[in-house]
Amino acid sequence: MKILAIAEQRDNKLKKTAFEVTKAARAIADQMSAEVVALVIGENTHGVAGTLGGYGAHRIIVVDHPKLKLYSTTAYAKAIAEVAKKEQAAIVVFAATAMGKDCAPRVAVKLDAGIAADCIEIRVSNGDVLAVRPVYAGKVSTEVKVTSPTKIFTLRPNVFSSGTSNGSIAPVEKSEIALSDGDFVSSVKEVTQSSGKIDVAEADIIVTGGRGLKGPENFKMIEDLAAAFGGAVGASRAVVDAGWRPHDEQVGQTGKTVSPSLYVAVAVSGAIQHLAGMSSSKYIVAINKDKDAPIFQVASYGIVGDAFEVVPALTAEVKKLLGK
Amino acid sequence: MKLVACINHVPDTTAKINVGSDGKSIDRTGVGFIINPYDEFAVEECLRLKEKNGGEVIAVTLGGDAHKETLRKALAMGVDKAVLLKDESVRDSFSVARALADYIKELSPDAIFFGKQSIDGDDAAVGSMVAEMLELPSVSVVVKLEVVGNKAVAEREIEGGHEKVETSLPAVFTAQKGLNEPRYPSLKGIMSAKSKPIEEKTPASVSPKVEVLAMQRPPAKSAGKIVGTDATAVPELVRLLHEEAKVI
Repeated sequence: MKILAIAEQRDNKLKKTAFEVTKAARAIADQMSAEVVALVIGENTHGVAGTLGGYGAHRIIVVDHPKLKLYSTTAYAKAIAEVAKKEQAAIVVFAATAMGKDCAPRVAVKLDAGIAADCIEIRVSNGDVLAVRPVYAGKVSTEVKVTSPTKIFTLRPNVFSSGTSNGSIAPVEKSEIALSDGDFVSSVKEVTQSSGKIDVAEADIIVTGGRGLKGPENFKMIEDLAAAFGGAVGASRAVVDAGWRPHDEQVGQTGKTVSPSLYVAVAVSGAIQHLAGMSSSKYIVAINKDKDAPIFQVASYGIVGDAFEVVPALTAEVKKLLGK
Repeated sequence: MKLVACINHVPDTTAKINVGSDGKSIDRTGVGFIINPYDEFAVEECLRLKEKNGGEVIAVTLGGDAHKETLRKALAMGVDKAVLLKDESVRDSFSVARALADYIKELSPDAIFFGKQSIDGDDAAVGSMVAEMLELPSVSVVVKLEVVGNKAVAEREIEGGHEKVETSLPAVFTAQKGLNEPRYPSLKGIMSAKSKPIEEKTPASVSPKVEVLAMQRPPAKSAGKIVGTDATAVPELVRLLHEEAKVI
């Protein structure tokens, strides 16, 4: 039985999720006497692809083509489905990244497969792979079973550990899949990265500012604290709607759902819709001058005080600890 | 242009969600329902494209009679036609997509819009699945769209940035917040929506490929510690984060 692990690369660097997915696939494979085949799509990815051997891939397949350097929904979906069919993969695992969430549904239709999307847990039970996934913006979660013969799982980033390489070597094969111009009917022409900042969806530490900060100029101290932690800046919906921060920083039901190790909520009251986006954070710190703010009900640690005093002090203390 | 907006009827974002008596679906008592927030951007984009290029906008949803409320919201915003694919059986994304694709195929639209995900199931799959079933290109999580003739340039959100995607029409787009500002229905729109017809169709019965075995609320967080009431609490907080939580 084979499990195909889709290892995402950007700019010929494997994303951390590539290792998370490969390792998670291997954990399942070991319980089912299955083989993990990792798949990397791009141009000249042979070198980086090889590193997946150290994260549990038994074999690695590379689909290489100059036009695949940048993402193309239709071409990537075709390549993945063709490899899956050729390998007769019973299970295909993606990371639930922008690319994974875009591509997996099309692969699912090509393979007539059900998808368990954005899983936070996958486990083997009586020969079946069951998954746990949050729904209703994380207010509840469901345990699901994919009943089609071929099964697709997309894994929430930063939940499954990527671990470190165990140094194993796995053979890298170049795929013979042929792609035609028509397969690139939609394709990425340009990628623009927001200037150097870490995206909340990928951050392990997030510092979020809320309406209580009173104005956009007061976000400088949030940025400084985030930088001290080496993390990302997040924003509540109120602050984004007010135009103080860009939408890509919004955490919450109509923003991003995040699962960092540490979430620091500054002057955020903790409305249901915000909690929906961050309550699965491992540790939550709340700084708010209102002791009755709902955020304190989910916070691991809290300071009931004035953010304008506490945050700069916290930045200084964190820098001291981290020797910055 | 012939434009289709696929919309869903979902619990209000402020709703507290409890597990129902069957242990695998939500308890709907007292839960208010709204149009899926992301679908409003889809409807709005269709209306703008119609205003610019002429044509018609059709709103489609799959569900029971309760879904008509959401169709009326779309009619109030200004869509020309509303269609209910009437079915209340338990479906997964695949079987929902199949019903939508089978209906939409007959329409041969120029563009089909979805919200990027439905805030109940959160699969973010139906739009892209429908595109694959109809053998059309798709672009998901779109924050900006320019349509010129039968070509489109879409900007989509990715981690830490954006991708500019070129595609040809017909195509499927799934809308992200920021694509546009959805209009508030006018009073005239709301009143006339009440009497506009809603076409009902019965989709073929299709088995889902994903089965929900159980639903549970997340484990209740145990009460955390209030470390202090001002900046003097900061050294202790940092010590706890470093030594107890070990996150820094």
